[in-house]
Amino acid sequence: MPTNGAPTKITQGSQTRGGIGESMLRPDGILKVTGEFAYSSDMWHEDMLWGQILRSTVAHAEIVSIDTSEALAQPGVYAVMTYDDLPTEVKNYGLEIQDTPVLAHGKVRHHGEPVAIVAADHPETARRAAAKIKVEYRELPVITDEASATAPDAVLVHENRDDHHIGHVSHPNIVHRQPIIRGDADEAAKKADVIVKGEYYFGMQDQAFLGPESGLAVPEEDGGVHLYIATQWLHSDLRQIAPVLGLPPEKVRMTLAGVGGAFGGREDLSMQIHACLLALRTGKPVKIVYNRFESFFGHVHRHPARLYYEHGATREGKLTHVKCRIVLDGGAYASASPAVVGNASSLGIGPYVVDDVEIEAIALYTNNPPCGAMRGFGAVQACFAYEAQMDKVAAQLGMDPVEFRKLNAMEQGTVMPTGQPVDSPAPVAELLRRVKAMPLPPERQWESSEGADVRQLPGGLSNTTHGEGVVRGIGYAVGIKNVGFSEGFDDYSTARVRMEVVGGEPVATVHTAMAEVGQGGVTVHAQIARTELGVAQVTIHPANTEVGSAGSTSASRQTYVTGGAVRNSCELVREKVLELGRRKFGTYHPAWATAELLLEGGKVVTDAGEVLADLVDVLGDEAVEIEAEWRHRPTVPFDLHTGQGNGHVQYSFAAHRAVVEVDTELGLVKVIELACAQDVGKALNPLSVVGQIQGGTTQGLGIAVMEEIIVDPKTAKVRNPSFTDYLIPTILDTPTIPVDVLELADDHAPYGLRGIGEAPTLSSTPAVLAAIRDATGLELNRTPVRPEHLTGNA
Amino acid sequence: MDFLRPASWEEALAAKAEHPTAVPIAGGTDVMVEINFDHRRPEYLLDLNRVGDLYEWEVGEESVRLGASVPYTRIMENLRAELPGLALASHTVASPQIRNRGGVGGNLGTASPAGDAHPALLAAGAEVEAESVRGTRLIPIDDFYTGVKRNALAPDELIRAVHVKKADGPQQYSKVGTRNAMVIAVCAFGLALHPQTRTVRTGIGSAAPTPVRARIAEDFLNAALDEGGFWDNGKIITPSVAKQFADLCAAACNPIDDVRGTASYRRHAVGVMARRTLTWTWESYRGTTQQKGSVA
Amino acid sequence: MRVNFTVNGRPQEADDVWEGESLLYVLRERLGLPGSKNACEQGECGSCTVRLDGVPVCSCLVAAGQVEGREVVTVEGLAEYAKERACGTSCGTSLDEAKRWAAKGHDSQTGEGTELSPVQQAFIDAGAVQCGFCTPGLLVAADEMLEHNPNPTDADIREALSGNLCRCTGYEKIMDAVRLAAARQGEAV
Repeated sequence: MPTNGAPTKITQGSQTRGGIGESMLRPDGILKVTGEFAYSSDMWHEDMLWGQILRSTVAHAEIVSIDTSEALAQPGVYAVMTYDDLPTEVKNYGLEIQDTPVLAHGKVRHHGEPVAIVAADHPETARRAAAKIKVEYRELPVITDEASATAPDAVLVHENRDDHHIGHVSHPNIVHRQPIIRGDADEAAKKADVIVKGEYYFGMQDQAFLGPESGLAVPEEDGGVHLYIATQWLHSDLRQIAPVLGLPPEKVRMTLAGVGGAFGGREDLSMQIHACLLALRTGKPVKIVYNRFESFFGHVHRHPARLYYEHGATREGKLTHVKCRIVLDGGAYASASPAVVGNASSLGIGPYVVDDVEIEAIALYTNNPPCGAMRGFGAVQACFAYEAQMDKVAAQLGMDPVEFRKLNAMEQGTVMPTGQPVDSPAPVAELLRRVKAMPLPPERQWESSEGADVRQLPGGLSNTTHGEGVVRGIGYAVGIKNVGFSEGFDDYSTARVRMEVVGGEPVATVHTAMAEVGQGGVTVHAQIARTELGVAQVTIHPANTEVGSAGSTSASRQTYVTGGAVRNSCELVREKVLELGRRKFGTYHPAWATAELLLEGGKVVTDAGEVLADLVDVLGDEAVEIEAEWRHRPTVPFDLHTGQGNGHVQYSFAAHRAVVEVDTELGLVKVIELACAQDVGKALNPLSVVGQIQGGTTQGLGIAVMEEIIVDPKTAKVRNPSFTDYLIPTILDTPTIPVDVLELADDHAPYGLRGIGEAPTLSSTPAVLAAIRDATGLELNRTPVRPEHLTGNA
Repeated sequence: MDFLRPASWEEALAAKAEHPTAVPIAGGTDVMVEINFDHRRPEYLLDLNRVGDLYEWEVGEESVRLGASVPYTRIMENLRAELPGLALASHTVASPQIRNRGGVGGNLGTASPAGDAHPALLAAGAEVEAESVRGTRLIPIDDFYTGVKRNALAPDELIRAVHVKKADGPQQYSKVGTRNAMVIAVCAFGLALHPQTRTVRTGIGSAAPTPVRARIAEDFLNAALDEGGFWDNGKIITPSVAKQFADLCAAACNPIDDVRGTASYRRHAVGVMARRTLTWTWESYRGTTQQKGSVA
Repeated sequence: MRVNFTVNGRPQEADDVWEGESLLYVLRERLGLPGSKNACEQGECGSCTVRLDGVPVCSCLVAAGQVEGREVVTVEGLAEYAKERACGTSCGTSLDEAKRWAAKGHDSQTGEGTELSPVQQAFIDAGAVQCGFCTPGLLVAADEMLEHNPNPTDADIREALSGNLCRCTGYEKIMDAVRLAAARQGEAV
């Protein structure tokens, strides 16, 4: 709206309700609160069978023999399949490197690897049959860490590697290595007044999405198969599934079923191929649903990492140099390991100005569980370590940790260690200032007239303290995450937008293959369509492979990339609609030819607000439809020796302040508050933005104090594959999370928006750790920190 | 698998006699997990949900006869005065949904060292009412736990109730877990003051192959309280006495390292909980004695 | 075996039930009521929470045979259950209510036109739903808490919902939603 008489440029959509910038409610909300939303595990089909996977009981072994005869003989069993039953020469899959066998062949490389699959008429029949498959293993020594992986005589996890990374790694048990060298760190170190070295360990985190891996494969009359599936990227699944089935891609139809969370854990395939194989073999629909135990083996986890850092700074508090080495455990299969290495290295020093850096990141092949994508990958592990280092340097200098960070904070124009200039706002110091400026929660909130309220104390309902031993601590952290797929990846999306009159009203239909995993993309797509097309009614078409790829729902990219594609297609539709209008009505009013025309409130209007026609009349019986791909600015790969290159699309920043109360005697932690400030560029849906930030923050809290998949170093077997022993935060573990949203537009991105999903997961963990250090005075170089680490009983 | 649905206690006993391998299921909070995760396929499931007696309790002169299936929620809500230790322990059990289904009978039947009720039962003093078609017997809680997930029940016996002594003094219960709710005990500690007999009883969970009492610690504290005339003078327990009691409780543990915690931490934490629960109960006791004193 | 029980006011019969099946499986796979969710099947997440004779329980830990003759309310019946509670007995018998509930049509795409309970509406309005997998269990638990504690403190809400895991929201919007439902409930009285 014009203010002070100044002319304001009228932009498309500013008059249409329900457009971008509003906190519109989810279109799937009603279905989700009534229990009618169909998740992948809810799929049901007449006459369907249940699939079951038999998994390896050991981590590393040769398979001597598999005997399925007894399983096949069970009443109610329709099929049992092993590697030998795979229909084509393509028997592996993988996101980047096709190193993962659909079913184990001759060897298993990790605990829980799929060995055989069964289809039967009841899940219990399938389970009993799977238990009757006899597999004889000859165990091999397990590779579990860098030393055992890179020993000269180490057993190779993968023999005969021919992927494109093998040429630049020093050992076949290293998946990928990325060095980044800028300036001269050794020379710069001579200027340092303080040098701080640290070694850190980051535990293996699980995505722990609540909806288990599941789907329904239905054989089709043309010999193909239709898969209803919860995934993050339909077309990536399709690319990996079809060759194994021996089917052309068009005979593998995929429809997105309801997704019960993802967080990276559905970027790789799980039961997709198995269900399709069984459906094609039996000619019947086959449903597979993992239980929680199996889910821990059925998807990749967050890479555990060892991180070695050296920071130098002058007495005045300026960083001189950073050296770091990040060793990520990729487990038995590559999954997203190369990209994780790219992120860990390129974002390895954090959002700071340092001219002289020496970084190396590697990912190992081991016999531990495969690790891959999880929210903020690579950057999360690094942030935990560099923020711990920043606190240590500040302490050595006698400086306030926030002031020290602000003094070294990057800003727009800063050059990354990769040589890439940051060409959009990078308000790192401002985020720190804001998060520090938030009011602190009152002390001793657990005190009441009736004594201590244990629910507000460390230990909670377990009644371990009534205030004894409780010490408060405060910690800060800030992080940097890339948005979108990096390093030269062709990271595009596709949107099909259709406009027509339905029931006397103009209606836009948006059809993409974007996986809605809970993030609210469907809400935002409708908002974009309203803004761009000036209509009230928008239908979101179910996501499937009948439209082009939307890319992955990961890397904080979907609102940017598929949102960008929806906007682009809407703009193309708008042009066509206006063309149609000119053709039909152009002679009635000169403004059709001369004015800037907008679609607002179901009408064609001039930028002066004059109504030229109703969209209903313009469209008549015609439908206008466009399907178009859209791309963000291209990136390039990092140089394999120096790491130089404009490898990233966009950067995203968040800062946290954690306030904790620690029962220092028992080592129990209660996070009192976890405040976050984040720059989101433009909040297309403010309610969803805050929800993403709070959710990401809480996953960071989890890895700080409780979440860890524990792998036995002697056997490489997972010791806690259940929600009884893999703990994620409950509502009593999660504090209030005040959020301060900053909107500094990135001119290169649609609407100036910034990808937001991951950044809050980065800084949350180190902020909590810093607060615990503040309360206890302990060094705490690993996460999660467990009670025994705080009491000296580890 | 067969599903047996006795409509009465007598039918349940008869069924258990006929099928001694039958696994009783009441709240299902242990048994169903094992079935869902394919850890167990019992030949018979013996459903006790229809045996109404098991959901009742009677408050007697000396003790409470608590039906084996009385849900933890009911114990928290209705028996806080009579069984304060067990009520506190009940409140730490898993989640509201689980507390609505699970009861003490399940904890005793499973006899996992991590069962939340055990330390409270040991500290309060309890007897398990076990019955079979052969008859009824009362098993002292001290004799009930016989090994890791083993108890003194005969194959044909079912737990009908547990008789817990009514509190004659303050009781406390603490449990350490790595989460602030819905967590299995890393270790747990129960403590009950018994002013009538001038004794203190304890219970330790998840820090030995079975739930145990810290008997040497109890003996030490009983003697120290007696010697110093603490029961009468209501003085503050000296830090050195509290510390030694805590150390002896820690020494009563025989824990293991597992995914939930280290043995060393468990010993340490039991010591801390012993000291704190002693302080809380003793402060409460002093409060009541001083009140009585002022009235007299 | 055969199991007869009442779900959302309607008598139901499940046949050929395997003895180890849970109530959750019967609801989801045999009765076409998949609203109760199968997230952990070990009583650690609350996603399958239903009311069994009025009491919130994890339906994954109830053996199907144990519900013989008993009454179950799932998220699918929550709106009707809340409505009956709000208007007492004047709304008619539960059976009639259930039939009306079953016959009611609504838009299959978005569910528009569906009647919601106050807590369901509040979850949508407050942004407490993301992936939504935890939502049905949380709704049943939150509705039950508000039934007996209409003015909960934040600590009360957290305690009552401590058996329901959510991985998306960080719980803040869930807190907002329950506070909102309580406030609206207060206004309505």
